Amino acid sequence: MTRVMSAAKIAAARAEGRPALIGYLPAGFPDVPTSIDAAVALAENGVDIIEIGIPYSDPVMDGQVIQEATVHALANGFKVSQIFDIVRGITERTDVAVMVMTYWNPVLRLGVDEFSRRFAEAGGAGLITPDLVPDEATEWIEASTKYDLERVFLIAPSSTEARVQRTVDASSGFVYCVSLMGVTGARSSVSSAAQAVVEAAHKAGAENACVGLGVSRREHVEQIGAYADGVIVGTALVAALRDGGVAAVGELAAQLSGRA
Amino acid sequence: MSTPENSAQGQSIDAQSLRHASGPYFGAYGGRWMPESLMAAMDELNETFEAAKKDPEFIAEVKDLNKNYSGRPSLLTEAKRFSEQYCGGVRIFLKREDLNHTGSHKINNVLGQALLAKRMGKTRIIAETGAGQHGVASATAAALMGLECVVYMGAEDTRRQALNVARMRLLGATVIPVTVGSQTLKDAINEALRDWVANVENTHYLLGTAAGGAPFPAMVRYFHEVIGDEAREQILAQTGRLPDAVTACIGGGSNAIGIFHGFLDDPSVEIYGFEAGGDGVDTDRHAATITLGRPGVLHGAKSYLMQDEDGQTVESHSISAGLDYPGVGPEHAYLSDIGRVSYEPVTDTEAMDAFKALCRTEGILPAIESAHALAGTIRLAQRKVAEGVVPEETIIIANLSGRGDKDVGTAAAWFNMIDEQDAEAEINAANSQNSGAQNSGSQNSEEK
Repeated sequence: MTRVMSAAKIAAARAEGRPALIGYLPAGFPDVPTSIDAAVALAENGVDIIEIGIPYSDPVMDGQVIQEATVHALANGFKVSQIFDIVRGITERTDVAVMVMTYWNPVLRLGVDEFSRRFAEAGGAGLITPDLVPDEATEWIEASTKYDLERVFLIAPSSTEARVQRTVDASSGFVYCVSLMGVTGARSSVSSAAQAVVEAAHKAGAENACVGLGVSRREHVEQIGAYADGVIVGTALVAALRDGGVAAVGELAAQLSGRA
Repeated sequence: MSTPENSAQGQSIDAQSLRHASGPYFGAYGGRWMPESLMAAMDELNETFEAAKKDPEFIAEVKDLNKNYSGRPSLLTEAKRFSEQYCGGVRIFLKREDLNHTGSHKINNVLGQALLAKRMGKTRIIAETGAGQHGVASATAAALMGLECVVYMGAEDTRRQALNVARMRLLGATVIPVTVGSQTLKDAINEALRDWVANVENTHYLLGTAAGGAPFPAMVRYFHEVIGDEAREQILAQTGRLPDAVTACIGGGSNAIGIFHGFLDDPSVEIYGFEAGGDGVDTDRHAATITLGRPGVLHGAKSYLMQDEDGQTVESHSISAGLDYPGVGPEHAYLSDIGRVSYEPVTDTEAMDAFKALCRTEGILPAIESAHALAGTIRLAQRKVAEGVVPEETIIIANLSGRGDKDVGTAAAWFNMIDEQDAEAEINAANSQNSGAQNSGSQNSEEK
């Protein structure tokens, strides 16, 4: 099986003169089959890269909406090993790149090599790691190299030039530019800090710099698309899934991608 | 190993010295497993701390506050009746951190960190609290130094420690009950971290225990080293020799690392940490992280962690809110692995028995956290007697990390000491305090 990587999807979007659209949903919310269906709905409505979050007991970078969804998934009995079924379920039905966003302890507990091997076998492209910085990533860099997985680290408005450089150098696929100092959650406007973060990433040599946090509307996608290579939407999609099910997720994705 | 003489000076540190491990790693533990958004702040804190340690003015400021504000040095009291009645005559000395201003060792760390916050130009401090002792200490330091203070506290803990919630508010702090997750200390830390990410520009996160990402474990230890330094000097002055053993309770492990520090390089001194065994380590209701946990990452550090097979943090349980934490400081994980410190669990029942024993024999009401150290001390002394030591020639120092005023309600209920009528009045009072706490909490969250 050939895996679809996020770098390829971003390049394809660029060739069409638009930013890549990246959609986040938590695994197992509201249950495992529905989380797969919802991801497929994203892919069918213009999303290029899907980011599946592993529910975790201590999600310090997440705001209330995503916290509630992941608490729900865990209460329903979500197990980390199901992430591989979910990734396989999505890659079998779509041609999007599938990333997994995960806090690091669940990966550490299963074993970094073991997790990476099974994730690659399921067709996954790479990991987005909100609480793992390159400084602590020796084991992950080794495993991701071995299994050809993309490493998406984050940079923030507070990152120093040296840290931006270090993070860009350690990343592959894209660099996740945090648009503001805060946790996940929809905001009415996108922080003006985002552009500076993207510029810093590009200056440090990042080919692909994508912006996340607080992005919820088509106008945000257009604004950010003017300077970034991809736009990441999370909380707004999770709220749509919670309130209106798979159909609502598809509708919002179509709006965000400009198809509706 | 260093001789007592040279390690006491803290200058001639040889390769074997354990006292001054600087981090960021302690063996395989420690590090900085946290979001990039906080890295700049952690670097700034580290630089400020390293510079301050070398600044005579800072050192003098800390010394002055310790002496003239906290009331240090704290006493080292021999507990003779406790020794005779419970410890088979083994001599027990209590390091009296309960006598510090605000009633526990926590003041040592908050004064130091609040000074650092001011050096960094931060105007707001945030803190997590379990039992409320660190929250009260933080609110105290903030009031003293003119800083804004916000304390995150699990909603479950605000019920267990309603009096401390009121104390914090009296001191001018905003207390935010945390209603997510298990509503205890770990969730309070999560909320504090979320606040810090959003407000890092003007805010210092005044972490209350020797855990978290570097430099917190080594920095929190640094401010508590005074406990061990004093205890070592005092025992030498009072008995002319080093103790046979030193004991402390362990939640995150800040009081313990403070007193252990004084004796880590004295190979003749055995060191024991007593974890919260809750209902027993054969049940799933305990907080015995080192005894039963596995290495993992939580709240910024790699250390032992109570987790399930998926790496999800498991909820801890202890009668003591201050020990009710599923993680432990990374230096303790290392000291356990290399065998320098022995960590053992103590159940709620053992701790409460020791609590009552100290009240009745010495007229000292210990914090329930500290009662875990006392219970472990009783067990250790009895073990030594059974092994055939000469009791009156055997010396144990137990760190009495805090006083038990805050625990009177819990203890009175445990020992059925509240008359039924009074109990009803107490419950009503507690309920009205709770609804107050929740109301103002929701207002506060809206302000966020």
